[in-house]
Amino acid sequence: MKWLAGGLWRLAPFVFVIAIWYLVRWSGLVAPGLLPAPHEVALTLVALLRGGSYLLDIWLSVQRVLLGLVFGMILAVPVGFMIGWNKQLRRFFDPLINFFRALPPIALIPLVIVYLGIGEVAKVAILFYASFFAAVIVMYEGMSQISPIYIKVSRTLGASDWEIFAKVIVPLTLPHVLTAARVALGVAWATLVAAELVAAQHGLGAVIQNASSFFNLKVIYAGIITIGFFALLMDSLLRALSRRFLAWQDSHAQ
Amino acid sequence: MKDIKVQFRGVSKTYGALEVVQNVTFDIAEGDFVSLVGPSGCGKTTLMNMLAGFTSPSSGEVLLEGRPVTGPGPDRGVMFQEYGVFPWLTVEKNIRFGLNLSMHRGMPRAEKDQIVERYLELMRLKDFRNAWPKNLSGGMRQRLALARAYAANPHFMLMDEPFGALDAQTRSDMHDLLLGIMQAERKTALLITHSVDEAIYLSNRVLVISARPSRVLEEVEIPFAYPRNRDLLDDPEFIRLRRYLRDLVMKQYADQQALG
Repeated sequence: MKWLAGGLWRLAPFVFVIAIWYLVRWSGLVAPGLLPAPHEVALTLVALLRGGSYLLDIWLSVQRVLLGLVFGMILAVPVGFMIGWNKQLRRFFDPLINFFRALPPIALIPLVIVYLGIGEVAKVAILFYASFFAAVIVMYEGMSQISPIYIKVSRTLGASDWEIFAKVIVPLTLPHVLTAARVALGVAWATLVAAELVAAQHGLGAVIQNASSFFNLKVIYAGIITIGFFALLMDSLLRALSRRFLAWQDSHAQ
Repeated sequence: MKDIKVQFRGVSKTYGALEVVQNVTFDIAEGDFVSLVGPSGCGKTTLMNMLAGFTSPSSGEVLLEGRPVTGPGPDRGVMFQEYGVFPWLTVEKNIRFGLNLSMHRGMPRAEKDQIVERYLELMRLKDFRNAWPKNLSGGMRQRLALARAYAANPHFMLMDEPFGALDAQTRSDMHDLLLGIMQAERKTALLITHSVDEAIYLSNRVLVISARPSRVLEEVEIPFAYPRNRDLLDDPEFIRLRRYLRDLVMKQYADQQALG
């Protein structure tokens, strides 16, 4: 019962948005041709999913986001870790990272095409760029806030350098890794459509791009909702991981 | 003649132009419970940090069993003002932390379990063994920090205003708990405090530390035998000592204010 109630509460905001959507549609404020009704979009979505190639589009987009995110995190964790611990490194890298982070990935697309072509590598590279800079900043700002008291305490208990790393620093880093991954995931999905502007024939971004050339609003809406769904799904997975491994944190810190 | 364990020999410490500690000399003998009382910000913590091995003197030396202190070590347990309880470990695992380090590799599992149980019991944490520190009160965190330090079985306990953040009731409870565990397992202890009552109630020697730069102004023997209890607070000698020390400290406090 409790489980069911929890599930319903989670759905409530979406039901609310759909209700508003119907209200706007029926109010006549927007021309019907410019705003498909939710059920029309739902039918379009079902048709797309049955059509076959849409599953490939989803798969390619999810794959690109995951690859960009994973490579971004693989670099962001050690780099953010080192910059976070070392004040000198931080002073040197902080302005650079903020400079590159501020560049919109879409502005880099021409350069990416020049250097990496228009293949899969180019798209993943853009997502990697976006994920890395989003993640590294969360990592090192988190790391620099870690109190040295725990390291002092473990030294007085007899911990070696390696033990301090494995038993103190790693557990203290984990929350920041997960937060960084969540932030980077959001940024990666947000960058996806831009990345798939690079001559993509498949992918959710490409589907939206193609639909816009034909003014096919139903498909555009269906594509946006699909992106939102997968972004939310992946974020929920990361949140579940946080709850599982970071139960020790103050609830407001989650 | 008691065995001298710790010697501060003409110890000074400067940070740039700021002189924090000036020519401090005193000894701590085996089994001593020494308190350093003085105004906040006077450099008492620096003295403790030198013995703990977190910082070294600018001149003079701190000797531990005759050898200069070179860094922190498991022979000196430290209780910090901010507890330093590991938030990612449960109560039980916090206590076990020191025992699970490689330096205790040879110790049988059953013995470690026994030690953990003993301190869970002594520090009244048994019912909270699986709790996260975030769910503990300040007093319980302090008990946990004490249990964790004791479980690693140090020779010395160094305590830096460990009870400063606790309410009066909890603090007096902690005093008795500390006296109890000290009675059970005598350790040589150094306590930093600004509470004269706390210093007299717990220690057998009190050193009054001056306003910055820290100097030892006066060394007072506290003549009461252990075990002690709250009745001591009404003892005329306790009251006399308290008045005497309080006047000294208050004067230093005024000087410290003047220093800014």
